[in-house]
Amino acid sequence: MDVIKALNAEQIRSDIPDFRPGDTLRVHARIVEGDKERVQVFEGVCIRRSRGAIRSTFTVRKNSYGVGVERTFPLHSPRIDKIEVKSLGEVRRSRLFYLRDLSGKAARIKERKIKV
Amino acid sequence: MLGLIGKKLGMTQRFEAGGTFVPVTVIEAGPCTVVQVRTRDRDGYDALQIGFGQRREKNLTKAVRGHMAKAGRANFATLLEFRLTEPSEYQVGQDVKLDALFRVGDSVDVTGTSKGKGFQGVMKRHHFSGHKATHGTHESFRGPGSVGCRSYPGRIFKGKRMDGHMGQARRTTQNLAVVEVRPDENLILIRGAVPGATGDQVLVHPSVKRKTVRRPAAQGA
Repeated sequence: MDVIKALNAEQIRSDIPDFRPGDTLRVHARIVEGDKERVQVFEGVCIRRSRGAIRSTFTVRKNSYGVGVERTFPLHSPRIDKIEVKSLGEVRRSRLFYLRDLSGKAARIKERKIKV
Repeated sequence: MLGLIGKKLGMTQRFEAGGTFVPVTVIEAGPCTVVQVRTRDRDGYDALQIGFGQRREKNLTKAVRGHMAKAGRANFATLLEFRLTEPSEYQVGQDVKLDALFRVGDSVDVTGTSKGKGFQGVMKRHHFSGHKATHGTHESFRGPGSVGCRSYPGRIFKGKRMDGHMGQARRTTQNLAVVEVRPDENLILIRGAVPGATGDQVLVHPSVKRKTVRRPAAQGA
């Protein structure tokens, strides 16, 4: 089992910021178009984090021209250029699927203050 | 074709260069030591006998110990023979390592003993459909249904798929791609699942059906 852990450790990224569900993220994703590669920013609220070492994923939800869009990224994927935490959110559960039924003012999330 | 004996260490996933996430089985394969070279003149066939692993000395007979001692190293857990056309290329006592046989992108077959499932019904064992859950089905939801005909032929045909013992049999998974080879650690990462539980002994050998074409640029990544 240790060999597997060591293999995973090689690919686990250390440059991922600390974030929680409810936080607003800017995910810089590398997109390959033909033979060119560019970075596309996907900005939205993190509504789920799935833990599992190298298999960890997180889901970001945003509203694009009135349509809700959710994207799930593998956390340690080399396709992710970087993740910026834009703002922190105070939420009371770990999976924010209730946001799917809300829109506009109701879908706002209270800001999380960092306790000193 | 020569293969290597190894130990299945488990499964994980790897990111490839393009970012694709592939499921891999990690196998600690080799190094296997050549214990005996069988030749057509002496033995009637050409083959290579290789040994792998360690076993306590008291669990081996004196005869087997003596046979293994000829290879310079003793007490292998397993001895296996591979039929080769030219076994004389190898010498007794020589170690066969991963990088001599496999490279990234090669196609391999993996043989092992599948996990035992015990006595299983036809739905699990042979993927039968079972019966309807509703519409008056009575006392038979997962059964096989009819297994034969009438007074002619008056018997059940041989080989009729029925319930019974499942698993714990020698099985081969074919045409798996090699994702990574690490000769220093004796590790080979193979795409997909292979028969057997973690810790079981498996056999990694070049694909029978898909011949590997050695590209000059192929190298361990």
